Amino acid sequence: MLQFIVRRFIQTIPVILGVTLLVFSLIHLIPGDPAQIMAGEAAPEATVEAMRERLGLNDPLHVQYGRYMSSLLQGDLGQSVRTSRPVMDEIQPRIMITIRLAIYSMILSIILGLVAGVVSAVRRYGLLDATLMLAALFGFSMPNFWLGLMLIKLVSIDLALLPPSGWGTWQQGILPIITLGTGGAAIIARMTRSSMLDVINQDYIRTARAKGLKERVVIYKHGLKNALIPVVTVVGIEMGMLLSGTVLVETVFAVNGMGRLAIDAIRARDFPVVQGIVLIFALIFVGVNLLVDISYRYLNKRIELN
Amino acid sequence: MSSVEPILQIKDLRTSFFIDRGEVKAVDGVTLDVPKGKTLGVVGESGCGKSVMALSILQLLEEPGKIVGGEILFNNVNLLQKSEKEMRDIRGNNISMIFQEPMTSLNPVYTIGEQISESYRVHQNMGKKDAYQKSLEMLRLVGIPSPEKRLHQYPYELSGGMRQRVMIAMALACRPDLLVADEPTTALDVTIQAQILELIKDLQTKLHMSVIIITHDLGIVAETCDRVAVMYCGNIVEQADAEELFERPRHPYTAGLFNSLPRHDQEKEELEAILGYVPSPIEMPQGCRFSPRCSYAEEICRQQNPDLKTLDNTRAVRCWIYSDGWKGSKEVAYHG
Amino acid sequence: MDSALETMDNKELLKVENLKVYFPIKGGFLGRTVNHVKAVDGISFSVFEGETVSLVGESGCGKSTAGRAILRLEQPTAGEVYYKGVNLTSLNKKEMRSTRKHLQIIFQDPFASINPRQTVIQVLEEALLIQNIVPSGQRRQRALELLDTVGLKEHQADRYPHEFSGGQRQRIGIARALSLNPNLIICDEAVSALDVSIRAQILNLLKRLQKEFQLTYLFISHDLGVVRHISDRVIVMYLGRIMEVADKKSLFEQARHPYTKALLSAIPVLRPSQKRERIVLTGDVPSSLDPPEGCRFHTRCPYAQDICKTEVPELRSAGEMKEGHQAACHFFEDIYAEAAG
Repeated sequence: MLQFIVRRFIQTIPVILGVTLLVFSLIHLIPGDPAQIMAGEAAPEATVEAMRERLGLNDPLHVQYGRYMSSLLQGDLGQSVRTSRPVMDEIQPRIMITIRLAIYSMILSIILGLVAGVVSAVRRYGLLDATLMLAALFGFSMPNFWLGLMLIKLVSIDLALLPPSGWGTWQQGILPIITLGTGGAAIIARMTRSSMLDVINQDYIRTARAKGLKERVVIYKHGLKNALIPVVTVVGIEMGMLLSGTVLVETVFAVNGMGRLAIDAIRARDFPVVQGIVLIFALIFVGVNLLVDISYRYLNKRIELN
Repeated sequence: MSSVEPILQIKDLRTSFFIDRGEVKAVDGVTLDVPKGKTLGVVGESGCGKSVMALSILQLLEEPGKIVGGEILFNNVNLLQKSEKEMRDIRGNNISMIFQEPMTSLNPVYTIGEQISESYRVHQNMGKKDAYQKSLEMLRLVGIPSPEKRLHQYPYELSGGMRQRVMIAMALACRPDLLVADEPTTALDVTIQAQILELIKDLQTKLHMSVIIITHDLGIVAETCDRVAVMYCGNIVEQADAEELFERPRHPYTAGLFNSLPRHDQEKEELEAILGYVPSPIEMPQGCRFSPRCSYAEEICRQQNPDLKTLDNTRAVRCWIYSDGWKGSKEVAYHG
Repeated sequence: MDSALETMDNKELLKVENLKVYFPIKGGFLGRTVNHVKAVDGISFSVFEGETVSLVGESGCGKSTAGRAILRLEQPTAGEVYYKGVNLTSLNKKEMRSTRKHLQIIFQDPFASINPRQTVIQVLEEALLIQNIVPSGQRRQRALELLDTVGLKEHQADRYPHEFSGGQRQRIGIARALSLNPNLIICDEAVSALDVSIRAQILNLLKRLQKEFQLTYLFISHDLGVVRHISDRVIVMYLGRIMEVADKKSLFEQARHPYTKALLSAIPVLRPSQKRERIVLTGDVPSSLDPPEGCRFHTRCPYAQDICKTEVPELRSAGEMKEGHQAACHFFEDIYAEAAG
């Protein structure tokens, strides 16, 4: 197992290198002269040249990449064009907000999705199953921002139960977390249901019943652990969707996280900040998938065979 | 019927599957006894209802299967009147079951030890450590080499034969009085099959159990069973002591089965196949279910299903040939 | 090995020489081949016109792989397969396709390889179309004749695969194989999934067709009872190697190899009163990934000695054995004498 983790860890290195290369190229891939864009369209040539010099755009590409990588390794993501502060300082106060939002939403998705999925599978073709699956269909058909706006209108304005915006108190957290977590919960619920239905028909479930185990033990101990195997993969993919979802949700609920910073930076053509955020999102994604692989392996002992 | 007191008596058991197209009577009035300490073989071809009958004993049927009538007396107590909780206490404790597919009958995500010790923990309230200790003893009993190592392995690390041994260890953990083995060796190679059959016989003597072996293989029945029930289309068509049955089958279906086997002791150019096919369960023929394929069938056979009739003390046959009104020959051809 | 057999009247239809089929196991960092499953590891035998030769053995012995490799449904790693003197392993794809019509295969479930949306008659007509041996106007007629040959009725022609029972499906599988007028049919566990009463029908059908169309069968099966009924000669395989070859009578009555003996004694007999001493082999079949050195069977053989662990026994004959009877065991004479004495 340890050997597997180490090997899997080493395998992420090329992925991370590829990500840095892509992020680095971002600035060169956008059409037009990046320096001109960042300086503003009406800026005089001298200002643009100064910008170019400041960003090091006059050097050959490989030199630029080398410089980018070496500062990256020292934890330096460059300087914001807009505020002239290091990108790291821009991101730091906000990163935990976004990670918290994402993790809480993920937890909500997993708990809601698993419970709904298992209940649906156990009561298959019943009324409860139909209701839950209809709700799930609704859940992942709804765009985040629309759900967010509806929740603000209903809960915050009409019922005046929870604050419509901001981040800090637990009351402020509830609506964004529900908004962000619903889609994932719906997908996990459907995945769990079909995986569970598959598992309940397996021979080893019959063996467990023949042993005289309680139905609850049969379902949760013998069934769920097997049913989780494909669900874990979905959770990994979900995390990516959640991260990108934060951009919209943070905007709708005026949460001062990375997502909002990204929108602001894009609007202000603050490329170093955009690069920094993309890089951090990508690293989180790679990390989450590493975790998913490890837990997949933990759940599914059989893949050791291959 | 048998001289030994029965441990299990099934009386007029009816199990049906309710599907969109109607009711499929998988088991349709099965009556049989399992003598204490002996082995009963239930033979029949696929779709005859033998596995459904086996699952009915422990009430392990899945939707849309349902027991619709009859009695299952275990030590003279009707299991069909037990609550689900009472049944749970019996499953794996007093009556155990092993299945055809050792490859898929063990849970892939738990170790062998975990799966065997579960029986002790649920039925004997044993602690984890004691249960593992007992599991280890069971692995030793069923002849698994280096049991200490196997205890901590997962099913995929074991061969089919080893997995079936684990299944047996699991089933016998709580020393049940009755073991129901549903095609226990069908998925295994002949040399491994021989090992598993020897093991079941050996443990039966050691642990004083009664055994029901459900199989399609007449050879297995001949080698391991004391008594035999032959099933066809949800009915028992013949029941007898194994020796008598193989000596002289009385029902035309039983005789037909024996005659259609390639034999070791005789050279035959052509096998005596039974004509036609097993009827579909939703279109059961009128009268005796075997009548469309039976070369002895008369008018009455096509009109009315005969009862299971006791011929002498130890044998029962469901066939019009043995009724008083039968005009034709009473000899059923058997080339044994 | 064939010196004894060539004296037989019949012509050699199929000759397999030192056939090996290895499957690579990928592994490690870069997915390199780290090992091989030696499914078939150097087997040689011949099949003569009009006879039925059986390949028997337990799962993993390589019998099915050998059958598939003969038709090049599996790529042989080494060795030659001659059909009527033509080396099949040297043919290109097109030549192989045209040769394949003489060599057909029937599987355990013929319908696993059939489009479920085609009716039975369409399946047969398509088979006729691909090899283009019957003019299109006569195809339906020919397909109906084939159904009749295998004992199916005309009114069943327009039904779909799922409407048939196991025995009927196997009849259709046989009809499809027959459609191309083959010489050799490889029956790969063709009756294994069938119930006793239906199995007898199919075995009878196979025997009748053999006479009617002068067919040669290579019959692959794990069921020795069936093998005894249908074969003229029997080849016993274990872990990719041939353990014993003999005509049916010699094999079943005078088996020399300890493995064959164990296999035979494991078949249950139908008489409860005739219970006899059975040789129960200990242990499992070793993995063909890492087969034992020397004689493949030595890990389970009750007679194994040191030499068995190191030296591979060749197939050989001994004085009093019948023509064509060979066994691959260092000690079969001693074992046989001991059993007889």
